[in-house]
Amino acid sequence: MINWRTALLPPALAIVFAMLLSSVALLISGANPLEAFATMGAQLFHGNTAVSTVNLAIVYYLAGLAAAVGFQMNVFNIGVEGQYRFAAVVAAIVGGWMQLPPVLHVIAILVVAVASGALYALLPALLKVYRGVSEVITTIMLNSIVFGIVAFLINPEQFGVLHGNNLSTEEIAPSGRIPGIPLGEAGTLFGFVVIAVALGYGYWFMLNRTRFGFELKASGESKTAAAAGGVSAKKMTLAAMLISGGVAGLVAMPELLGRDYVYAMTATQGYGFTGLAVALLGRNHPAGIAFGALLWAFLDRSAVSLESIGIPSEIATIMQGTIVLSVVVAYEIVRRADLAAEQRRVGRAGNGRPASVAEGGAV
Amino acid sequence: MEKPDPTVTTSKRRLPGWARGALWAVVAIGVLSTASYLTDMPILTSSDTSQTALRLGLPILLAAIGGLWAERAGVMNIGLEGMMILGTWGSAWGAYYGGVWVGLAAGILFGLLGGLLHAVAVVTFNVNHIVSGVAINLLGLGVAQYLATLVFEPISGNPRESPPVAKFDTYSATFLSDWLGALEDEQRVVLSDVAGLLRGLVTHVSPLAMIALLLVPASYFILWRTRFGLRLRSCGESPVAAESLGVNVYLHKYIAVAASGGFAGMGGASLVLLEGGADYLENQVNGRGYIGLAAMIFGNYRPSGLLGGAALFGYADGLQLSGGGAAVLALCYGAVLLLAIIVVLQLIRRHWWAAAGGVAGAAVLYWIYWTNDELPSDLIPYTPHFVTIIVLAVAAQRLRVPKAIGQQYRRGEDT
Repeated sequence: MINWRTALLPPALAIVFAMLLSSVALLISGANPLEAFATMGAQLFHGNTAVSTVNLAIVYYLAGLAAAVGFQMNVFNIGVEGQYRFAAVVAAIVGGWMQLPPVLHVIAILVVAVASGALYALLPALLKVYRGVSEVITTIMLNSIVFGIVAFLINPEQFGVLHGNNLSTEEIAPSGRIPGIPLGEAGTLFGFVVIAVALGYGYWFMLNRTRFGFELKASGESKTAAAAGGVSAKKMTLAAMLISGGVAGLVAMPELLGRDYVYAMTATQGYGFTGLAVALLGRNHPAGIAFGALLWAFLDRSAVSLESIGIPSEIATIMQGTIVLSVVVAYEIVRRADLAAEQRRVGRAGNGRPASVAEGGAV
Repeated sequence: MEKPDPTVTTSKRRLPGWARGALWAVVAIGVLSTASYLTDMPILTSSDTSQTALRLGLPILLAAIGGLWAERAGVMNIGLEGMMILGTWGSAWGAYYGGVWVGLAAGILFGLLGGLLHAVAVVTFNVNHIVSGVAINLLGLGVAQYLATLVFEPISGNPRESPPVAKFDTYSATFLSDWLGALEDEQRVVLSDVAGLLRGLVTHVSPLAMIALLLVPASYFILWRTRFGLRLRSCGESPVAAESLGVNVYLHKYIAVAASGGFAGMGGASLVLLEGGADYLENQVNGRGYIGLAAMIFGNYRPSGLLGGAALFGYADGLQLSGGGAAVLALCYGAVLLLAIIVVLQLIRRHWWAAAGGVAGAAVLYWIYWTNDELPSDLIPYTPHFVTIIVLAVAAQRLRVPKAIGQQYRRGEDT
């Protein structure tokens, strides 16, 4: 059973708290918080902001799903960042080089992306399972190394092409692109949204309706208990890391196949870290992650409008950081409050005498 | 594979910590000087390299000390990165208005605030340590950028940069330095190498570097030789037992994490306030907090070990900066020599699998050295990161991690 109060109250509290805190920051810098929030809200109805927010949210959603798979198994895949960038550059190179009929071309690119994302997650996974190296450290190192790998691969001596002043990969032919959904004046929605929704459903189905998902969750809750039930924690860690890397491989695909068609040195970074935050915000639930992704994308897209009224747009980053921290704190506070309420209820049921075993008392 | 009986081996042949450290240093210098002689790359042991290594190793050393304090009290601190970022802004701000020492104090203070935030989240509210760390990294970046736009942009005209700030004066042991310099120039085997490395460490040294190096024995003394340190470490091993003996676990964890933030902030300050480093610059921390954490883990959660880890990463970074791809290749050659020694040791101990792994690694490295004249220039800046992964892969299994690390602890709850 879902307890709506425990599920929805903490994020709401966190958002309110983040708004309060950023109001303080805004007041210190001499700006009017109400004006700032109103400007951010109004920006949503400006031109194509709404659609571009959703488009960005699709990317964040994929990154959130990738992180959430790891969280289920208690693996902190901080390497989503490196995995998606590695997959993006490899998929862009392979996709630009391939000549295939329309649908096949797209599928081939997606397969390459998933495989290379998983490949980049393989090293930390192997080191974690067989050498006991913390996946946090190795993935962070690989996140830095990916900068070098991207620069190396996009170099004209390898696979790069010079477009004006900008180095990028070869352009992907029209057969390898995913058409957008035109919404007239408001802009064009990424066609990838369909795949993202399907992935979200697949994630939910895998966790709640398959044996593998059950074993994954059980192993994440308690390795020893799961091992007693015949589930190998090593295998599950490896699987969680690889699936997480595979999903991470898709993160850059909406933009690559729906808008840019090339992967350039200047491509946006940082989606992986956003994915972690979004997964935390959504408590690893597919619908929650979608909400978190939309909120995050809204903050990113509408923060730009703040510059027009003379407020540094970095206030959005502060709000995002505050939201992550306060949402986890809020979950804890609500959990403690629920626990205390439960204890009071049990205490009342006893009418002053010690509760019997049937009422939840001690034996 | 044969498993040695731990009770026998540990009691029979166990060198004291300082002796093993000295042995490692001798081996490292021996390998480096042999490699520099055989590959004809004097840069491997030049005073330039060791001086750059000291400068680049400092932030990592300080972050590692910060990590040591937090992790010994049982708190994982991924947030070191964010605390360092706060430290860079704080120190640039302080140094601009009040000189270097004010800058250093402000850097420490800003890092400390980040540490306190981590402590509130982790100790008081039982938030997952890594989650809180990630949030603090986000927050540290956001706050520093926001403040930089607000405070520095009107002065420097650029929201990503501070105006030029005061730097620490540097001191040289002139007489010693000159003598070592003369010795280095003679290019005698081993002797000149040692002289080169030492000369870099006694020339143009800032007070901050001395303080940072002194913090290593100081941390050892406080954490391992005082009552307070014993209590702090007991919080990281078994908080329930500590509490039952009357230790205030919450207080000790708070102190440890706040100190950890302070050291990280100092690390941030060392990026800004040293001669040769940039002023406050966006993204200048660039993962050094994480590398510091890795150096600490590599050093087996011990002060002497983390000094070695920081030296290794500082050296790898300094070498690629002053020598480029050819020097990194020579380092590969040195690694092959080191692996050969390790393989022999493993064979004597009859660890066949470990020896086989060593041979395979050496073969790969030698192949890289043999087939390439020049490494891809895009990948060379990431030498320290590669070194980190390789070193951790080789070393991680023999680590002794604080028992209760990352666990959530609430007073009165048993688990």
